[in-house]
Amino acid sequence: MANSIADQTAIVGIGQTEFSKNSGRSELQLAAEAVKAAIDDAGLQPSDIDGMTTFSLDTNDEIEVARCVGIGDLKFFSRIPHGGGAAIGVMHQAAMAVATGTAETVVVYRAFNERSGRRYSVGIAEGIVTPDLIHWSWYLPFGLLTPASWVAMFTQRYMHEYGCKGSDLAEVAVSTRKHAINNPNAFFYGKELTVEDHQNSRFIAEPLRLFDCCQESDGGTACIVTTVERAKDLQHKPAVIRSAAQAAGADQENMTSFYRPSISHLPEMDLVAKQNYEMSGLGPDDIDAGIIYDAFTPIVLFQLESFGFCKRGEAKDFVKDGNLEVGGRLPCNTNGGQLSEAYIHGMNGVNEGVRLIRGTSLNQPAKNDHVLVTGGVGVPTSGMILGQAS
Amino acid sequence: MTLDPRKKQELEAKIQSYVGVESVVGTASDLVNEPMIRHWCEAMGDDNPAYLDPNRAKDSVHRGIVAPPPMLEAWVMPGIRPEWTLSVEELEAQGRTIHKQAELMNVLTEYGYSGVVGTDIEHGFERYLKPGDQVSATLRIEDVSEEKATALGIGYFVTVKRSFRDQNGDEVGWNRFRILKFWPAEQPAAASNDAAPSANPTRLQPPRGHDNVWWWDAVDAGKLLIQKCDSCNTLRHPPRPMCGECQSLDWSGVEASGKGTVYSFTVLHHPKFPGFDYPFAAALIELEEGTRIVSNVLGCDPADVYIGMPVQVSVEQVDEATKLPIFRPVK
Ligand SMILES: [Zn+2]
Repeated sequence: MANSIADQTAIVGIGQTEFSKNSGRSELQLAAEAVKAAIDDAGLQPSDIDGMTTFSLDTNDEIEVARCVGIGDLKFFSRIPHGGGAAIGVMHQAAMAVATGTAETVVVYRAFNERSGRRYSVGIAEGIVTPDLIHWSWYLPFGLLTPASWVAMFTQRYMHEYGCKGSDLAEVAVSTRKHAINNPNAFFYGKELTVEDHQNSRFIAEPLRLFDCCQESDGGTACIVTTVERAKDLQHKPAVIRSAAQAAGADQENMTSFYRPSISHLPEMDLVAKQNYEMSGLGPDDIDAGIIYDAFTPIVLFQLESFGFCKRGEAKDFVKDGNLEVGGRLPCNTNGGQLSEAYIHGMNGVNEGVRLIRGTSLNQPAKNDHVLVTGGVGVPTSGMILGQAS
Repeated sequence: MTLDPRKKQELEAKIQSYVGVESVVGTASDLVNEPMIRHWCEAMGDDNPAYLDPNRAKDSVHRGIVAPPPMLEAWVMPGIRPEWTLSVEELEAQGRTIHKQAELMNVLTEYGYSGVVGTDIEHGFERYLKPGDQVSATLRIEDVSEEKATALGIGYFVTVKRSFRDQNGDEVGWNRFRILKFWPAEQPAAASNDAAPSANPTRLQPPRGHDNVWWWDAVDAGKLLIQKCDSCNTLRHPPRPMCGECQSLDWSGVEASGKGTVYSFTVLHHPKFPGFDYPFAAALIELEEGTRIVSNVLGCDPADVYIGMPVQVSVEQVDEATKLPIFRPVK
C-alpha cells in the first residue's frame, strides 16, 4: 500500500488575507478570514468542512476558528510541529485524512501576526518552550540565537565546499524580486533588486546579508482539500495532490543538525524528494515549476540539489541565467516567495502552487503539468507535487 | 512589552506623517563671538591657535579668529531650558514655537517610547564662521524607520538634517543626526528595585537539566568533557541519556584535549543581544576526538576566522555570570 494517498485528493479552494507588517487585528480574525475565503473560493459551505489541520505553532484553536466560520461537526483535527517544516506536513495530513475517508473535506490554515506580534527573527532569547531548553543550552550562551545564525553555519560550510559565493545567493533573491514586482500582494511589489543591491546590503549573520533573509509578515492563508471525485463538481480546476511526504533525517536537530558527517546537504529533504518521486512516479524532469521554501536564499540551493534538479554542489550554476524565472528551466516562487511576497510559514506558497496549476499566477509559466511545493529547511520537513486532474 | 496593534498603527500613522516635514529651529541669540569660542575650546580641550590666539590667527589663511566647525550647532542651542522642557504657553510667552523634531519626540514619548539615544551624526561645513556672523537653523525630518528591535528595546530611528545659514541666507554647514527613540527594555525582576540598570549585561545562561547539568558543572570546574558510551565507547555531543549506537544508558564524561579545528562559523551582526560584543564569531569546532561543539572563537579579529583554523579551548569567565569553553587560535 505504498501509494495510498497518491492522486486521491485535490486542493479545490484557496484563501488569504492581505499580507502586511501590521494587520491591526487578532490572529484568530486572520485565520477566520482566510478560512472563509478558501471555503468561498471552493464554492462550498462552512458546513461542508469536517476536518482541520494546522501548525503546532499556530495560536488559533481549531474549535475557535470553527465557531467563527460556522463550521459544524469535525471528524479530524491535527497539528504538525517544527515551524515551517510543517508547511506541507499539514497538506500531507489533509491528504491522508481525505484519502482514508477519515474526513471528506479538510481545511488547512495558518495565520499569525509574525511581524507586529511575536517575531521569530528576534530569536530564542525569550519565551523558550520547556522541552527545548536543554537543546538550546548548547547555543544560547554562545550567541547563536536566531534562525539566520543557524542557517549561516550550514551556508558557510556549503560555500566553502562547493565554491559558492554571496553573488550566487543573490541570484535567488533577485529572481523572487522579479516575480514580486508584478504581484500587488507582495511587500516588494514594484521594487526592483539587483545583485549589486544585494551585495551592498548589510550582514545579518555572515555569510547571510539582509536580502538573503525573508520578510516578516502578518497574514493568514487557508486551503481546502477534498477527494478528486468531489473536486470534479466544484468551480475551479483542481490541483491534484500527486504525492506528499514528511521526513526527519538521521541525527536531526531542530535547526542545528551540526553533528552529521556532512552539513552541506539535507538528508531529510533528500528523503522528502525520494518519497515524492516514488509516490508520483515522476522525476525532476517532469517538474515544470517550484515553490521552494525560501526563508533564506541558500536553502533554495540545498533543495534544488535534494530534488535532483542539478548535482550536489552545482545549484550555484543552476540558479544563474534566469533559470528560476518564468521562461527558465524551473520558474520558482512565482508569487515572490517568502523573500519578496510575505513570510506566512510557506503556506502562501501552497496557494501559489494551486494558482500555477490553475494557470492563474501573476507570473504564469506556459507549462504547468506538475508543481513542486516544499516545506521549511533545517527542521523535520515536508513536500508535495501538485498536478492536473486526469 | 509593546503596544497593542491598534495603538501602534495609530502611532505609526502619526510619526510617518512627519517624514519630509521642515521646521525652523531658530536664530542664534548671540552673534559668533570670541568669548564663547574660548569657552567651547576650553571645555573640549582644543588649543588650536586659529580659534584662540588673535595674533597668530591674523596670519592664517582666515586672517583672524574663526569658530571651530563642530561648534556650529552650539550657536543655535536653546540654553539650559530647551524648548521641550517648556509648555506651549511658556514658549509662546517667549515668542518661540516648538519645532517639529521636538514635537515628534513628544509623540513617541507619549506612546511609551520614552528612551532616547543619538546613534550617529554626519557633518558638512561650507565655510568657517567668524566673529560677527549670525547663525540660524532649519531642520528637515528625513526619515522615520519602521519599528526595530535593538539591545536597548524596540524603537524607531529618526533621521533629521539641520541646515545652518548665515545672516545673508547662505548655507554655512549642515548635519544629519540619527536618534533612536525606544521603549526601554524591561530589566530583570531582581534588578527592578534598582534605579540604575546593570552597566555590564551578562550573556543568556544555559538552562541546566538532568541531561546536561554534569557537563556544565565540569565547565564550572574548568574542564571540557565529552560524553562517552560505557558499552561501545562511542563519543557523543551534545549529550543525550541513551547511546544512539547501542542503546546503552551507561556513560561517563571524558576530558577533551581541547584541540580542534573550525568546521564552520558565522560572524554575527544583527540583531544584537545583551552580553555580546558585535560583531563576533560563533563557530562549529571539530574536536580532535571527532565530536563537534558550538562555541566562540576569541583572540582574533572575527574577519580572520576561517574553516580549518586550528584552535585550542580555554574555559573562561566571559562575564560576571558566565563561564564557557571558548576557543582561541593556536599560535
Ligand atoms: Zn553505545
